[in-house]
This record gives sequence, C-alpha cells and structure tokens, in this order.
Amino acid sequence: MLTDLPQAELSARVFDLLAHVPDPEIPVLSLIDLGIIRALRPGPPPTLIVTPTYSGCPASIAINQSIRVALDNAGFDDVQIKTELSPAWTTDWISEAGRQKLHAYGIAPPETAAGRLARKDTLPAICPQCGSASTSEISRFGSTPCKALWRCNQCAEPFDRFKCI
Amino acid sequence: MVQALTTGLGDDALILGHRLSEWCGHAPTLEVDLALANIGLDLLGQAQFFLGLAAEAEGHGRDADALAYRRTEDEFRNCLLVEQPNGDFARTIARQFLFSSWQELLFRALAQGNDACIAAIAGKALKEVTYHASFAADWVIRLGDGTAESHRRLVDGLDWCWRFTDELFVGDHAALRSEWDARVHDVLAEAGLQVPKPVRGIIGGRDGKHSEHLGHILSEMQYLPRVYPDAVW
Repeated sequence: MLTDLPQAELSARVFDLLAHVPDPEIPVLSLIDLGIIRALRPGPPPTLIVTPTYSGCPASIAINQSIRVALDNAGFDDVQIKTELSPAWTTDWISEAGRQKLHAYGIAPPETAAGRLARKDTLPAICPQCGSASTSEISRFGSTPCKALWRCNQCAEPFDRFKCI
Repeated sequence: MVQALTTGLGDDALILGHRLSEWCGHAPTLEVDLALANIGLDLLGQAQFFLGLAAEAEGHGRDADALAYRRTEDEFRNCLLVEQPNGDFARTIARQFLFSSWQELLFRALAQGNDACIAAIAGKALKEVTYHASFAADWVIRLGDGTAESHRRLVDGLDWCWRFTDELFVGDHAALRSEWDARVHDVLAEAGLQVPKPVRGIIGGRDGKHSEHLGHILSEMQYLPRVYPDAVW
C-alpha cells in the first residue's frame, strides 16, 4: 500500500498532490497555498489535518470532498481527513507564492502579522490593477467570507481584498 | 456544564444567524446585504461547532443537525436578545453591536479556558466576532452621528434591545459586565448617544422560557427537515 511509505515521503507526496488541488472559491490558489492543510499525522491510519478559514465557510464541504477525491485517485484511500480548529487559521499561513497568485488574479493579498494586530484593516491595500496605494474600503464584507470590497482612488477600479485575520 | 454552555452558545449563534439571513435581499444597500449575510454565515458555522460539542456532551447519539432541527422552543437555550425581530436596520445594528461586543469578550475568555474543545471553537470564532463587533460599532457611530432620523431610529433600536442585555450576564458571565459596559459606553459616546436608562431586565431564554418569536423562527427553520426527514443536501 502507498501508505506503507516512510512517513516523510508519504507526507511529501500528499502535500505535493494537494498543491494541485484548487480552492473552490478562489481557484487560482491551491489548498497548500491557502495554508489550510496543516499536517499529515502518522498512522495507522495516517490522518490529514485540515483547518477551515472561517467557521461558516461554505467551501469547507467542497474542499473536503476534493481532498478525498484527490487522495483516492492517487491511491491514498486509507488516509483519513480530520478537521481541527486550533490553532486557528490565520492569513499569515497563505504562502508567498499564494500571495503573488492572488495579486496577479486581481485580489489584494492580506498583510502579514503587523497588519493583523490592527483592529481594523486600516492599512491601505495596494491596488492589484495599477499598484496605487491610494485606495479606500467600500464594504467590510465582500463576495466570500474571506474578502472585503475596496476601490482604487487612482484608476477607479473596484477590487477584492483578502481580509487579514 | 459543558452541555449547558455549548447549547447556549450554539443556540445564540444559530438563532441570530437565522435572523440575519432574513435580511438577505432586503437590506438597505447591497454592501449591507453582503455584510449581514456574511455575519450570519459565520454564526451558522459557530453554531455547527458548538452544537456538535453539545450533542457529544449529551451522549444520546444526536448530532448538531438533530439539535438544530428536532428540538422544540422550550428546549432552546439562546438568550432572548437574539430572537428579537429584526425591526428596521438601526434596531438590527443595535442588537448586533450589543451582542457581538459581548460575544467578543466572552470568546476571548473562553479561548484561554480549561476546556480544550470549547477553547478551540472560541479561539477560532473570536477572529470573526471581533470583526462583527467592529462592523456594528462603526454603524452605531454612523447612524447615531448621522441624520436626525438615523439618530432617532438608533435610539429606538437600543431602547428596544436594552431590556434583554441583563440576560447576557447571568451566572458565570457576570464577570464580563464591567468591560462590556465600558465598551458600550465609549462607542455610544462617540455616536453622540446616551446609554439607555436602566430598565427591568427580561430573562428566561437560558432556561427555555422564550418570547413567542422563537416558535415562529423555528417553524420556518425546521419546516423542511421535519416534513422531509430523509432529505439530503
């Protein structure tokens, strides 16, 4: 069985696999980019630890389903999936590659630790269209739980900003 | 103890989440519509976690869905504040501000508590409710410091909700009162509003004694799973 592989190799192969599974709501990001795949705990059975971005994120079910399908298709049928809430997901776990993909996709990536400490997202976002820092918040909530709606004062384009939590 | 606490917190989140969902498609602006729906969604997620834990603590083989959809109103343990009708937008904001401010303080304490499962849910939800409290406080200031009409409506909304706030601090939650009072006072002062005069508090939700509104909420929320018990998503 594939899961008889040494732990380090098994873990590397599963993470590599999930680096090609897209987030259902922001498909430019993989589940690994998003930082929600936390660990593969040794078995038996080996257990994949997944953490949700938001408690009520409607994508959670779809994410678990796509992880299951990817694991099964690659022969990792007996890897179990477990949801763990603690430590709570933070946008600091979005990978550097993920941040660049968000920017290229037209979503302003979240700031890292420094911004998180602020009670509000008061730091101006950088417009992903024209790069201007002269931007303003239109709405604290956007099209998905993880985003807010911003507007560029320079090029007038509205854009999504990943909320920093 | 765990069961009572998690049932109360789960029911608070479930019922307020349902109330907020009633705004979907009816809010004053698209942005507000998105905001209230998103807050409701966060609350539904929290409800699922807390009620899952409550069902486990109960030990009768029920799950979160069974608790949400197969209990009658006298078995619900939410506070009375969350089941109050939405009223106008100002009253909804008043309710959200008073409730989310309390939830933020409570979850901060629970995240440091002894029960690891409750701490995990509270620690996760704390990030969400901090954002809700900040959103609601912004709107309290905007409405209170806005036009004569927005000011008047917010005063009415706060007056309506105020009698249900004592219940937030019964029992173990009494320790949260002074910090909550201070925060509410600060935001209302910034909004140009007085803290409502003390009124006789109405309590009972934590003991299953609810206003008539809860039955109407449940009749809508539970209709489908009760009529089609085998329905799957």
